[in-house]
Amino acid sequence: MLAMTYRGPYRVRASHKQEPVIEHPNDAIVRVTRTCICGSDLHLYHGLVPDTRVGMTFGHEFTGIVEEVGSSVTKLKKGDHVLVPFNIFCGSCFFCQKELFGNCHNTNPSATAVGAIYGYSHTAGGYDGGQAEYVRVPLADVGPTIIPDDIDPDDAVLLTDILPTGYQAAEMGDIQEGDTVVIFGAGPVGIMAAKSAWLLGAGRVIVVDHLEYRLEFVRNWANCEIVNFKDVQDMAEHIKKMTDWLGADVCIDAVGAEAAGNALQHLSGVKLKLQAGASTALHWAINSVRKGGTVSIVGVYGPTGNMVPIGNVVNKGLTIRANQASVKRHLPRLIEHIQAGRIKPSDVITHRIPLEDIADAYHIFSSKLDNCIKPVLLPPSARQ
Amino acid sequence: MDPTVYTENTRPEDRVKQPPPGIEGWGADLDPQNRPAVPMERTPPRLDVPWDAPEQQPITVEILHSTERPGITPVFGTSTPPSAVSGMVRRAAFHYSENDLRRWLMLLFADRINVVEGILDDIAHGHIPNIWKEMGGPAEWRYNRQGFIRKAMIVAAIAGVATYLIQQRRRRD
Repeated sequence: MLAMTYRGPYRVRASHKQEPVIEHPNDAIVRVTRTCICGSDLHLYHGLVPDTRVGMTFGHEFTGIVEEVGSSVTKLKKGDHVLVPFNIFCGSCFFCQKELFGNCHNTNPSATAVGAIYGYSHTAGGYDGGQAEYVRVPLADVGPTIIPDDIDPDDAVLLTDILPTGYQAAEMGDIQEGDTVVIFGAGPVGIMAAKSAWLLGAGRVIVVDHLEYRLEFVRNWANCEIVNFKDVQDMAEHIKKMTDWLGADVCIDAVGAEAAGNALQHLSGVKLKLQAGASTALHWAINSVRKGGTVSIVGVYGPTGNMVPIGNVVNKGLTIRANQASVKRHLPRLIEHIQAGRIKPSDVITHRIPLEDIADAYHIFSSKLDNCIKPVLLPPSARQ
Repeated sequence: MDPTVYTENTRPEDRVKQPPPGIEGWGADLDPQNRPAVPMERTPPRLDVPWDAPEQQPITVEILHSTERPGITPVFGTSTPPSAVSGMVRRAAFHYSENDLRRWLMLLFADRINVVEGILDDIAHGHIPNIWKEMGGPAEWRYNRQGFIRKAMIVAAIAGVATYLIQQRRRRD
């Protein structure tokens, strides 16, 4: 089968690999119909995630047709069209019992600090991902959701990660009616968080980024205010000025480890790897939120440590909420929102690229070429 | 009045912002009862799971596991088992806990060794990797030609100056 394979930092290619097989009685083999490159895939692509092995296939956002099921699978059958949450989870462990499906204890032998994720290095379990024609889906009775007939496949694939992640970012902000919410990052997750903040009753939504085309998109699509940090002398001061000198009620970090905006952070975190990525957005979030406010983090950081003003967290009495999205928990409500026409996630898709051109797709997304916001990859069989 | 003293003149209720008109679905999830996740961590979960714990997946390849857990998980990925020199470094790294910086630095080092191994493996299989294509060169040429030419000229200029300086030093020696 054709599959994306990692060859090293900034190097990927489409290769022919052996098709996956059933390895556990509750596995399914899924023929991929849609798959995306996620912003967090870029951390792998840039060689920042430890234990990313050459030959691995990335991809944790995908939909597909069930081709084969293991002997114990009862809830799926051949031919079902499913969306597959990016978390691999058992549904029964201590953490899954608390609906923390992104923190499952039974699916990632390599690390306890992160749950299992498709195609996200051995640090996240060593599973090949969905940027391929076929993918092994473990614990098929728990993870996949059959796509309702009235849900567009392009919307379905964005329900596997970016919409639930953006929604959970807003949810973890514990937004109260009329709150001012500042979102750092106008990537796909930040865009979804902006829309979700309205659903949760925000009174004001402000999105911060430096890419003008993305800011324009989110202003029009999510009806929010925008700030280009290139035009701002000091981010915390600017947000204070915008909020009667109090600070925002809620700040969301939807950027993570490769933030622009601070040369020292970028040099020490991204280039020299003296910290687990550049934590510029998180730094801004902590200093821009009001005293007693909430900082919600969905941006991805590495497992070591980062330079952030933790003293300000203490002295301002902040609440920090963070996690990988617990996708399955959100799906019923988010499907309702799509069906009701309140949100149309597929509006963010800007590029449709054949899987064969995977290297170009990664480069376009990574370098923000051609005003790219969200690329969808189409395997050959999905184009027939 | 001392202008540096902040005085709150706004009534709290006036500080609540009103959203702009026409936002589809505004406040649809404002009532916690309508949210999918209240209570945020629900026990037991809403899922109907057919086991207390999944049965053990047969171990067919070498799987490294964290020292912070008692053993391998019931289910795991089998992509790209550790191999060659990078595999030796990975095995050594897994002797350290996730709490130990050495583990992560060794894994990053193994990743870099693995890149060289990948190139050697390609060549051993008669495949010369097309680095230009693997790095998305065609897309760069198509969408950022000016930037590419600028970067190429900067690299060429640096290489030229370095070559000139090396030649000058050799002449002096």
